[in-house]
Amino acid sequence: MFYRETGQYKTTYAADMAVFPILQDRIALGLMLLAVAVGVPLFAMLFPATGNYFLQVIMIPFLIFALAAIGLNILTGYTGLMSLGSGAFMGVGAFACYKLTTIFPDVPIVIWVVVSGVFSCLVGVLFGLPSLRIKGFYLAVATLAAQFFLQWCFVRIPWLFNYNASGAIEVPERTLFGLAVTGANATPLARYFVVLAVVAGMTWVASNLIHGRIGRSWMAVRDMDIAAQLMGIQLLPAKLLAFAVSSFYCGVAGAMMVFFWYATGAEPEVFSIRQSFFVLSMIIIGGLGSLVGSFFGAALIYIMPIVLGAIANWSGAPISAATIEHLRVMLTGALIIFFLIVEPHGLARLWQIAKQKLRIWPFPY
Amino acid sequence: MDILYKIFIDPFMQMGAAPDLLVQALWEGLVGGVLYALIALGFVLIFKASGVFNFAQGIMMVFAALTLVGLYEWMARHGVPAPAAIALVLTIGVMYVLAVSIEKFVLRPLVNQPDIILFMATFGLTFVLVGLGELIFGGEPKQMITEQLWLPKGSIDMKILGGLVSLQKIDIAAAVIASAMVAGLAVFFQSTRIGRALRAVADDHQAALSVGISLNQIWVIVWFTAGIVALATGIMWGARSDVSFALEIIALKALPVLILGGFTSIPGAIVGGLIIGVGEKLGEFYWGPLLGGGIESWLAYFIALAFLLFRPQGLFGEKIIERI
Repeated sequence: MFYRETGQYKTTYAADMAVFPILQDRIALGLMLLAVAVGVPLFAMLFPATGNYFLQVIMIPFLIFALAAIGLNILTGYTGLMSLGSGAFMGVGAFACYKLTTIFPDVPIVIWVVVSGVFSCLVGVLFGLPSLRIKGFYLAVATLAAQFFLQWCFVRIPWLFNYNASGAIEVPERTLFGLAVTGANATPLARYFVVLAVVAGMTWVASNLIHGRIGRSWMAVRDMDIAAQLMGIQLLPAKLLAFAVSSFYCGVAGAMMVFFWYATGAEPEVFSIRQSFFVLSMIIIGGLGSLVGSFFGAALIYIMPIVLGAIANWSGAPISAATIEHLRVMLTGALIIFFLIVEPHGLARLWQIAKQKLRIWPFPY
Repeated sequence: MDILYKIFIDPFMQMGAAPDLLVQALWEGLVGGVLYALIALGFVLIFKASGVFNFAQGIMMVFAALTLVGLYEWMARHGVPAPAAIALVLTIGVMYVLAVSIEKFVLRPLVNQPDIILFMATFGLTFVLVGLGELIFGGEPKQMITEQLWLPKGSIDMKILGGLVSLQKIDIAAAVIASAMVAGLAVFFQSTRIGRALRAVADDHQAALSVGISLNQIWVIVWFTAGIVALATGIMWGARSDVSFALEIIALKALPVLILGGFTSIPGAIVGGLIIGVGEKLGEFYWGPLLGGGIESWLAYFIALAFLLFRPQGLFGEKIIERI
């Protein structure tokens, strides 16, 4: 069929090592980028009611969760260090961004969003230190220390939320090129463009990191850290770098979550252990050690409950909202188990299998 | 200097000045520790026998307690005689059905998968149980039926060291029941046929299979046992506060207990529970005010982390030997 690489010769080393070696893949990627960068905004402008709802409820949170999932995937999927603290690292990013933008209001918010990742990164390195000695599920529980300690800080240190009576972050209005991008007056479209730009840029960086020397060393550590050490990979820098990059991504995702998704403010409760588990389930369903899997996982785990709820509403069955909510939770759990049974390596593996089938179609192998 | 004094000297001065308060704090810490140990016990049972890090243990506890109270309320409303006893028996039945269905629908299709996948499956299970529990029994907090289950109420006041120490009877009952349960499990593991099979499975899955032990059967038994432990824990925690899904957070406290004691050791779970319980209470009571209180939420994890840095496999865990 159309998905064949016949006749595409690789004449340079660079072409051979390309992330998307097949022309069709590159075309598909281009079309998809075009769709999200031009198609979706056009749709939102033509049909403001549905379009804005689509942006606010689906696209913006999906992209933000995908970024957080990439962050956790770098740590858990690529380096093999289990972490249950990603929610708290997202919180560090959000609170850092809030402090920075209230202290220096004139600096563009996008810069602070990225800089807040640096704070999250430092905290992540600090809590990553025990990872050299503690492994597996023991480390997972150790990262819970980070989760609960940071969560406690968000509630108990009033300086972090500028002594607000509500104890929550209140997002001030900030503009970019004269357009409101945060606060109550920002349109979903403006926020969507900022989120899309940051997520696309950081995904590109992550892809380059992972396909390079650093990514290789992470994967070596994941597969067997002692063997990796024997091969000359220094464990402490490799693991700490994974913690740093992962927390950086989570921090940026957290900052964007508060500033570009909630847009008005957020309680510290948002960054609870539930958020950590939410992101963890994304990468496991999507595929550990796969960038595209992070997107798939975020789509499935985040969007599926919304779709299920919409179906329940649309079917018009005479059941109460609470019942729908409970059924939704139950179905989400059942689907997690179902997907694990069908493909334990996640949706990314299913995607790979589908592509492979397409390549050799109509032959079975 | 002042801050050092406050951290290193002042708390001990307080302890010396009011020994009755110290005893009270110690007692409360011990009771809390016993209850943490009970939750951790459920984790250890399942981890030993099937290598599954059962994230759903906490929710199983809530689910069991909710089922018990829900059934009791339903039967009391319909005038069934002796509702508490029947509800207890029925709840045990429900836990059995749960164990069988988990084995059949979750564990069996996922046999021989990596640990993290099984962990994730129990995570999905948590969602299912939360949804199911709320669907059937509603999300409202419920009152645990302590009197109907012949659990004592009130407190005993004792004069110790020139002060008054009050011990809740329910806490004493909890400690007694927990000890009985651990003793019972120890006997069960040491000297019954099934117990030996369980230990064999824990030791080596394949070897156990090859001598004719049915893995599926063992898993059902283990999950059922864990379910009963969860029920007992649920009753005890429920008696101290309401029965609601908020108890799930308490169950997470069992995790530092686990890493402290080691994932595979039952004595470890008990000792770990006591250390965490006492450490947490004393820390909160004497050092908490320095930091503005509420440090209970993370102190347990830091205590466990400190121990782990010296013994990465926990106090009683099997030594981790790594080979290339």
